[in-house]
Amino acid sequence: MNHQVLAPAGPLSSEIAQLFWVFVAVAAVVYLLVIGFLVAALRRRNEASMRTALRTVSVAVAITSVILLGLGLSDFFAGRALAATPHDPLRVRVTAHQWWWEIEYSDAQPARRVRTANELRIPTQRPIELELTADDVIHSFWVPSLQGKKDLLPGYTTRLDLIASRAGVYEGQCAEFCGFQHAHMSIDVIALEPQAFTAWYDAQLSAAAEPQNPVAAHGRDVFLGSTCVMCHNIQGTDASAVAGPDLTHIASRRRLAAGTVPNNPANLAAWIRDPQALKPGTHMPATQLAGDDLAALAAYLSELR
Amino acid sequence: MSPLEQTWADKPGILGWLSTVDHKRIGLRFVVTTLVFFALAGLLAAVMRLQLARADNHLVGPDLYNQLFSVHGTAMMFLFAVPVMEAVALYLIPLMVGTRNVAFPRLNAYGYWLFLFGGVMLFVVFALNIGPEAGWFNYVPLSGPEFSAGKRSDFWAQLITFTEISALIGAIQIITTAFKMRAPGMTLARMPLFVWAMVVTSFMIVFAMPSVMLASTFLITDRLVSTQFYNPAEGGDVLLWQHLFWFFGHPEVYIIFVPALGMISEILPTFARRRVVGYVAMVVALVTIAFLSFGLWVHHMFTTGLPPLGMSFFTAASIMIALPTGLQIFCWIATLATGKRVQFAAPLLFVIGFFFIFIIGGLTGVMLGATTLDSQLHDSYFVVAHLHYVLIGGAVFPLFGGFYYWFPKLTGRMLSERAGRWNFWLFFVGFNVAFFPMHILGLQGMPRRVYTYSAASGWENLNLLSTLGAFTIAVSMLVFLVNVVMSLRRAGRAPHNPWNAATLEWATSSPPPAYNFATIPVVNSRTPLWEQKFPMAEVTGLPDILPTVLVTRLHDAEPDHVAILPTPSLWPFLAAIATTVMFVGSVFTPWAVVWGAVPVGITLIGWFWPDKEEAARMLSIEVKPSEGEARVVALREALS
Repeated sequence: MNHQVLAPAGPLSSEIAQLFWVFVAVAAVVYLLVIGFLVAALRRRNEASMRTALRTVSVAVAITSVILLGLGLSDFFAGRALAATPHDPLRVRVTAHQWWWEIEYSDAQPARRVRTANELRIPTQRPIELELTADDVIHSFWVPSLQGKKDLLPGYTTRLDLIASRAGVYEGQCAEFCGFQHAHMSIDVIALEPQAFTAWYDAQLSAAAEPQNPVAAHGRDVFLGSTCVMCHNIQGTDASAVAGPDLTHIASRRRLAAGTVPNNPANLAAWIRDPQALKPGTHMPATQLAGDDLAALAAYLSELR
Repeated sequence: MSPLEQTWADKPGILGWLSTVDHKRIGLRFVVTTLVFFALAGLLAAVMRLQLARADNHLVGPDLYNQLFSVHGTAMMFLFAVPVMEAVALYLIPLMVGTRNVAFPRLNAYGYWLFLFGGVMLFVVFALNIGPEAGWFNYVPLSGPEFSAGKRSDFWAQLITFTEISALIGAIQIITTAFKMRAPGMTLARMPLFVWAMVVTSFMIVFAMPSVMLASTFLITDRLVSTQFYNPAEGGDVLLWQHLFWFFGHPEVYIIFVPALGMISEILPTFARRRVVGYVAMVVALVTIAFLSFGLWVHHMFTTGLPPLGMSFFTAASIMIALPTGLQIFCWIATLATGKRVQFAAPLLFVIGFFFIFIIGGLTGVMLGATTLDSQLHDSYFVVAHLHYVLIGGAVFPLFGGFYYWFPKLTGRMLSERAGRWNFWLFFVGFNVAFFPMHILGLQGMPRRVYTYSAASGWENLNLLSTLGAFTIAVSMLVFLVNVVMSLRRAGRAPHNPWNAATLEWATSSPPPAYNFATIPVVNSRTPLWEQKFPMAEVTGLPDILPTVLVTRLHDAEPDHVAILPTPSLWPFLAAIATTVMFVGSVFTPWAVVWGAVPVGITLIGWFWPDKEEAARMLSIEVKPSEGEARVVALREALS
């Protein structure tokens, strides 16, 4: 499992996990002490003296105050460490929609801004600064292995830093209830070694792959000739709508429909035919494509690496 | 029938049932109603647990699941947890302070009927598949006009109106009754801790509820007449809802929890056979909790990107509230330690269960109050575990202790101890099996409010375990139900004071007569039944031919004057129907508020219309000012 609070994969989540264990240790000692006193009080044969009882209560209150102060301060300093401004971060804008994640890497040159969806690839060791917003309802970005969560609110931009120490896939899920398909709004954060990340990034900048065979070519015609283009963008073709996820490199992603199913040609075809069956309530409508057209379309999209 | 009985008796038959203003009949009915809603909301939870028992389960779809958890949460909070505490208090407080009814008996009836109709509305719309679907805290913009089509969120918002009016009415009753109608001699420093807890709770209700009424009214107007309070595109703000809601919502948790603390302070000393240790400290702790609870609402919003320094303040307040709560726990343990040998009766078992469960919830609460940890734990199953540990452990366990404790007073029958033990152990074990695994699920990244999860997530086994626990809880509730039914059928009558308890409700018969006390007792101790000699000193001279009560001064409970309470009436029931028509109508058109106000006005006029016969009786006992003075002097002398 790669979505565990207590199996951190970066310095930020480690900081929180350590603090958690401190709190748990203190809580366990406090619990055992209080329950110990309770059991002793219930099982005693003779009445305890009033003086001892009152003195014990006062001491317990004093100790509680000190413990609470200590826990509060340790949280405060951990929070300060987490809030430190990162050096030379990679800035990524994440916009949450019902029920998918729109991702745009920022760059001084507009031509070098990569747009993708539901999968955030990041270089290891480098801080990532996410700018988070939502364009419909409130969502929350939560990848437990890397960092605590932060809400995405319409009308606000919030910020969240991520750092991955080692390469790997870290899954996350929308944490704020956002309607019908709140359960199927996952995000994959894939941490790559810096060179691998650069290679991936440059590949993402290129236009969509040209179809390699007549079936796929027919699939592209189907795509461009149907309602798909009303919502989706494929770089290098005439499809340039932004209402749904960018499909330029759809085949390179792990999962489909924000983590609903693994990405393979069969699932892709099933998803296109009847999205409501896989993800009831999704805003993607069912398509009325003939069997051949559907197969061709799936073949085309499966080539868009 | 003596004149006293005649004065306080209800009309016979269904008319009497509908028109009663007896706080005991209304209180008992109120308790039963909240328990029915508790059972229904529990059944919804059982369906959710069945759905989550397996990965990728298709038992219910997202539409139904979203309604299930929204109605479960809304009903548990607004139709069970808060009102059941008020209902118990409306029954017990007049008895505990030694008076004959609550301060505003007809308003009391109105509050109950309105609550009943509101609750029925929620479950009816759920049955019609138009139940609320945006969670019990109903965040905008998900619940706003753009993203929640139809009438679902409107019904949610109107349910809030119903229950808040009822809660405010209860709060005003409790404050007035406890402050002005205590038996002579029951100074504030001798008031039972349950009454203190309810007074504190009632003040919290008075200050917290208007905030959510404001929030839900804004929501209704956004949805109904296109105001833009929560629409960011038009200068509205989605966080406004969260601030207004949690400014109510956090005190709400303590509104549920503080009455339970009061119940423990009544039950535990009875079985430890001594007065509670640190009475003054307990009262101060209750008041402190009330104040602090208004200063920590932002800990529900730590992940919304508020400024860190501001959040530190709310962390400090959230952590600090553990101190007064801890103080009470320490005082109870000291009470047990210094008392006589403890009697392990069913009420005490539930109180002991409280310690074991609630303290875990309190400690995880400290974790959630810490901003850093909260960023991971918030909105995950860890929070689901925490809130059930706090609310079930902190409030429902003491409440069940209270049921076993006060059942003989309410019904004149004892509950079975044996069944009580089964009830307790099944509940205790089932609860921990159901909710402890949720802490781990939260740490494994499972967000709350998901209608399903994939097998690859690795969450299946713990969810299945949790479902097994939930069904154990259901069995324990069945045991309770059977216990109640069997005990009511059995012939054996409960004595006045089966537990040998110390407070005034045990001084009258079980169940108490309509007038509670034949004469108002005079109190000179915090634990009158333990320390005062029988028969107790009593107040004489209250006229029998009218429903009169003695009004005493706020701090020292010196007799002040005699008040005549209103008689039974059908009007509060009719007024509640008229109000219900207006509220439900307003879901469909704003004009319902205008036209619906007319029948409400008419029923209120009927409600306050003077009764000829009653006026004649009042005149017959009227005393000239000079005579009155002499009587008061005589009464004072008799008391001293």
